[in-house]
Amino acid sequence: MISNLRTIGLTFLHMFRKRETIQYPEEKVVLHPRWRGRIVLTRDPDMGERCVGCYLCAAACPVDCISLQATEDENGRRYPEFFRINFSRCIFCGYCEEACPTYAIQLIPDFEMAEYQRQDLVYEKEDLLIDSEGKYPGYNYYKVAGLASGVKGKGEGTNEEPPVDIHSLLP
Amino acid sequence: MAVIYIDDKAYEVKPGKNLLETCLTLGFNLPYFCWHPAMGSVGACRQCAVKLFKDEQDTNGRIVMSCMEAVKDNMHLSVDDHTAKAFRSQVIEWLMTNHPHDCAVCDEGGSCHLQDMTVMTGHTYRRFQYKKRTYKNQYLGPFINHEMNRCIQCYRCVRFYKDYAGGKDLDVFAAHNHVYFGRAQDGMLENEFSGNLAEVCPTGVFTDKTLKEHYTRKWDMTMAPSICQHCSLGCNIIAGERYGELRQITSRFNGEVNGYFICDRGRFGYELVNSINRVQQPLIRGKIPDAVDKQSLYNHLNEILSNTKVIGIASPRASLESNFTLMQLVGKENFYQGISETEAQLMRTILHTMNSGQIHTPSLKETEKADAVLVLGEDLTNAAPLLALALRQAVRKKTIENAGQINIPSWHDAALREFAQQEKGELFIAYPTQTKLDEIASDSRHKSPDDIARLGFAIANYLNIMAPAPEGMDDDTLKYARQIADILKEAERPLIICGTSLYNEAILKAASNIAFALDTKDKKASLCFVVPECNSMGLAMMQAPSLNQAVEVLEKGEADTVIILENDLYRRGSKKDIDNLFNHCKQVIVLDHLHNDTTNRANVLIPVGTFAEADGTIVNNEGRAQCFFQVFMPKNENLRESWRWLDEFRQFKNGTSPEDLTTPGDLMDEMVGLMSQFKGAETVAPPADFRIYGQKVPREPHRYSGRTAMLANINVSEPKPPEDPDSALSFTMEGYKGIPPSPLIPFYWSPGWNSVQSINKYQTEIGGPLLGGDPGKRLFPETPVAENAFLNNIPPAFKPSPGEWLIVPLPHIFGSEELSIYTPGIAERSPKPYVAISKHDAENLNISESDIMQVQIRDQNYALPARIKEELPQGLAGIPFNIPGLSGIAWPAKGILTKAVI
Ligand code: SF4
Ligand code: SF4
Ligand code: SF4
Ligand code: SF4
Ligand code: FES
Repeated sequence: MISNLRTIGLTFLHMFRKRETIQYPEEKVVLHPRWRGRIVLTRDPDMGERCVGCYLCAAACPVDCISLQATEDENGRRYPEFFRINFSRCIFCGYCEEACPTYAIQLIPDFEMAEYQRQDLVYEKEDLLIDSEGKYPGYNYYKVAGLASGVKGKGEGTNEEPPVDIHSLLP
Repeated sequence: MAVIYIDDKAYEVKPGKNLLETCLTLGFNLPYFCWHPAMGSVGACRQCAVKLFKDEQDTNGRIVMSCMEAVKDNMHLSVDDHTAKAFRSQVIEWLMTNHPHDCAVCDEGGSCHLQDMTVMTGHTYRRFQYKKRTYKNQYLGPFINHEMNRCIQCYRCVRFYKDYAGGKDLDVFAAHNHVYFGRAQDGMLENEFSGNLAEVCPTGVFTDKTLKEHYTRKWDMTMAPSICQHCSLGCNIIAGERYGELRQITSRFNGEVNGYFICDRGRFGYELVNSINRVQQPLIRGKIPDAVDKQSLYNHLNEILSNTKVIGIASPRASLESNFTLMQLVGKENFYQGISETEAQLMRTILHTMNSGQIHTPSLKETEKADAVLVLGEDLTNAAPLLALALRQAVRKKTIENAGQINIPSWHDAALREFAQQEKGELFIAYPTQTKLDEIASDSRHKSPDDIARLGFAIANYLNIMAPAPEGMDDDTLKYARQIADILKEAERPLIICGTSLYNEAILKAASNIAFALDTKDKKASLCFVVPECNSMGLAMMQAPSLNQAVEVLEKGEADTVIILENDLYRRGSKKDIDNLFNHCKQVIVLDHLHNDTTNRANVLIPVGTFAEADGTIVNNEGRAQCFFQVFMPKNENLRESWRWLDEFRQFKNGTSPEDLTTPGDLMDEMVGLMSQFKGAETVAPPADFRIYGQKVPREPHRYSGRTAMLANINVSEPKPPEDPDSALSFTMEGYKGIPPSPLIPFYWSPGWNSVQSINKYQTEIGGPLLGGDPGKRLFPETPVAENAFLNNIPPAFKPSPGEWLIVPLPHIFGSEELSIYTPGIAERSPKPYVAISKHDAENLNISESDIMQVQIRDQNYALPARIKEELPQGLAGIPFNIPGLSGIAWPAKGILTKAVI
C-alpha cells in the first residue's frame, strides 16, 4: 500500500521535471560521435576503398548479416566485389567495426533508416560506401601492409626496408 | 612402452618417437614449425622448446628442442616450465619482427599455423621498433602464389619440394637473415606436387592461386569429405563451396591412402564444377529447352523406354550407385561397360589376379615402405602421381633402416639425409621412354611393351622355374632379369607395379607371374595395378560386356536405343567406330555434367551432378571402396545425381506418377545383395540415419558467416537451409561439434588449431591412422581362393616393321585426364600435341626436332611436331594420351609416320 502510494507520488512529481521527449522529426536528436547507428564503408585518405575484403566483420557478426566477396584489381589490391548488410537483422552491436583491421566499416550516429518494405533494408556496397574517412582519418592500411598493391612498392611502406638483394651474400 | 614424466605426471608412450610428436599425441599444445609428421625433424625453427631434466632431483633442467629429442624411458620434462614458455614466446616475437601486417589480405588467414602458434605462445604486442625486411615476389605459374615477406625461414617448403617430392626448381637463396625461398628465376613451378606447398608452408608465402580467384576463408566454406576423381588412386580430399561455386580442394588425411598430400591434378582440377560448359537443363532435341519440364521429360522418356530396345552404357568415372541404377533400369543383360574391349580385357586380367587371393594389393602407404620395387610399363608420375611420390619415399627406406643400426631414428631427417648422401634403394623401371622416376631408379630400361612383358616373364622364371620362360632373350636382358629377380627375392617387402597405360595384357600377366613366384608361405608379394580411371575397378567388378559388344548388339538390331551414363564415348575409340555406334541408334539418351562430343549426339540430354553435387562410392586401384559426399546443394535443381534420375526413370517406367517418386533406399545395400563381390562397400560410411547424440555432422564450421545476408538480395526472408536425406552430414553449421567418424570428416579444426595442422587432433597417434581407423574398405580377398597357376601367352620379341610404327600412348598428368582439363591452369600446362619418335627413326626419316610429321592411324591423319627421344626403341612412336585434339584413338595403335611436305 505504502509502496503504491509512493509510486503514484513519484510519478506525480515527474510532471514537473524537464521533458525527455523531443518533437522528432521537427526537432533533431543529439547523437554522440560514438553512437552505434547506420553502418558505412569508408575510404582511405587517397579516397581508395578501405575495405580489403578480409571477411573478419562477417565472421564477427553475431547475427551473420554481413556477406561479401573479395576480389582483386589489376594491381593486386583487394576489395569487395559485393558487400551486403541485411539491416533487418543487424543489431548494431558494433562487433564488425571492432573486428575491422582497416577502419573500413564504421557505425555512425544515424538511425533514420526506417523503410516500409523489409526488403529495402538490404544494403549493397553502393548504399554503404561513403566518400569519407569517417571517424578515423589518416589511416591507410595498404601503406602499412607488406603487400604491394598499387599503393606502394615493396619496401616503400612506412615501416619497411628496401627489398633484399637475394644475390648478395654480404652481411 | 616407455614411461616419461611431463610436468611430474607419468605417461606411457611409444619409444623411438621424438618428444614433440609424443607430446602432441598426448594432447599437449606444443608449438612447432619446421617439423612435419611426414618429413621428420631438422630442428631449424627453435619453436618446440621444452625443458628436460637430468632426473627426478634435477630442478634446473635445460632447454631442448623437443622435435630433436628421442623418447627414453624415465625421462623428466616440462612443457609448462616458465623459461620454456618464455623461450617459445620469444622465438615467435623474433619471427614477428619482420612479419608483414598482412593477415587481412593474406589467403592463409583463418587457417594459418603461424597465427595459431602466435596466439598459443601468447605473443600479442610488438615491442620491436625498427623496420621490416622485405622481398620481391616471383611469378610461379598458374597454381601457386608467392608472397615472400611472410616467410619465417622454417625450410619446410624446400624440404618438401626438393627432398620429399624430388623437385628441382625451388630452392633457398641468399644468406643469414636474408634467405629467400623461390626459384632461380620467375617461372612455372615444375613439380607435380607443388600444390602441397600451400599446406606445408605454415604461413602465407605459398598459397593456392586458384582459390585466390574466388577467395573464401576456410571458415566460410561448406565442406564435405570427398574422393579425388582424376586418377585411379582415390586420394581423399576435402572440397569446399561458397555461393554455389566449388572453391578449393585440399588433401584429407587418410593414413592408408594419400597420407598428407595430393597431386596438383587433384588439387587444382576442380574447375569443371564451375565450368560454363556445364549441362544446365534437360534437353530434348527438337524442343525448346524451356518447354522441357520434369513431367514432359518423363513422358517423353517413358515413350522411348517402352517402345524401343534399350541398352545401358556405363562409365568408369561414374559412381557404383549410378552404374548400378543404370543396370537396374535396363536389366543386367542390357548393361555394358563403356570401355573398349581391349581395356575391358585388361581389367578382366587384373581382376583375375586380384581375385586369386594370392597377391597382396598394397595401399599407397604400404608402397611407401617397399624395399625393392619393379615398375613394368608405367610412367607413374603421369599416370598415378601419388604412387610416384610414394616410391620417392620407398627408395629411402633401406638407408633409413641402415641408419637405424647406428641409432639414427627414422624421424631425424637432417641426420638421415647426411647419412644417406646419394645412396638410394632398389627401384627398377621398364618403360618405352624416360620417366621422371628414372632419376631415382637403380636402373631403368626403355623397351617396347612386349619386351617389357618378356623381361617380366624372364624375372618370374628366374624366381620360379615353373613360370613360363620367354624364348630368345638376349644375354644382357637375361642378366638384368636375373639381377632384379635376386633383389626381389632378397627383399623383405618387394613390390611390383604395372598397369593398363600401355594397353598391353602381357605386361599384366608377367607382373602377376612375378608376384605369384615371390609368393611364399610367410611372405606375400605386393602387386599394385594402375588402372585408367577413378572407378575403373568398380566398373570392372560389375563384369559387364564392353563397348564393342554393345556396338555388335546395335548393329544386329537387337537394340536400338542407348542410355549413356557420364561417358564421352569419343574418348574410348576411334571416331569412325563411335559414329558407327550412334548411327545404329534410334534414340540416344545421355546423362552427363559437361557438354562433349557424346552429348552432342544425344536426343535426350540430362544434366547431372559432378562429385561436388552428388554422393557416391568408387573403388580405387587397390580395390578399396570409398565414399564421396555431396559438397553443396546446387541452385539449379536439375543438377541431380545420376542415380537419382535413373532410379526415378525406373519407378516411372513401372508406373509411379511423378508426384509419388521416392528417393531410392540404400542403393549400396541393394547392390551388395545382388552382387556379392561388393560385400563391404555398404559399410564404408555410416548410414544416412547415423547421428551423434541425435545430431548430424555439420558441413560448415561454427564460424560460418553471412547466413542472413548471402541470399538477402533475392529475398530478405531467408529460405530454409537445404536438407540432406542421403547422408549423416548436414548442409548447415548446426550439429555435432566434436570429432566425427573418420569417413565423415568434412574439415579439420580444433580449438586453437585453425590450420591443417589440426589433423594432429584427429589421429590415434601423430602420423598414424585417424581415430576409429582410416576410412575405406578393401573388397578383395587376401586368402588364396585358387591354385597358384602361372599365366602364359608370352608375346614374341618386338621387331620394328618397316613403314609401320607401334604407337604407344604417353600419359600426361596435365592434359590426359578428361575432367581436370577444365581448369585453365591445367590446360595451360597440358602439352601441345606431338609425336615422339626414336632418334634412329628420326635420322632415317630425316626429321629434326619440331619438324611436322604426318601420322596416320587407321583412317585418321594428324600433323604433329616431332619430339625426338633418344631412348625410345626403334619402331616405336609415342602420342600424348587423350589430350585435347588427340583423343579418339583406338589403343593399342599402329600407324604410319612420314615427314610432312610443306
Ligand atoms: S572487416 Fe573491414 S576490411 Fe574486412 S571485410 Fe569487413 S569491412 Fe572489409
Ligand atoms: S602468414 Fe599468417 S600471420 Fe602472416 S599475414 Fe598471413 S595469415 Fe597473418
Ligand atoms: S616459405 Fe613457408 S615453408 Fe618456406 S621457409 Fe618460409 S615459411 Fe617456411
Ligand atoms: S594422385 Fe590421383 S587420386 Fe591422387 S590427387 Fe592425384 S589425380 Fe587425384
Ligand atoms: S619444430 Fe622443433 S625446432 Fe622446429
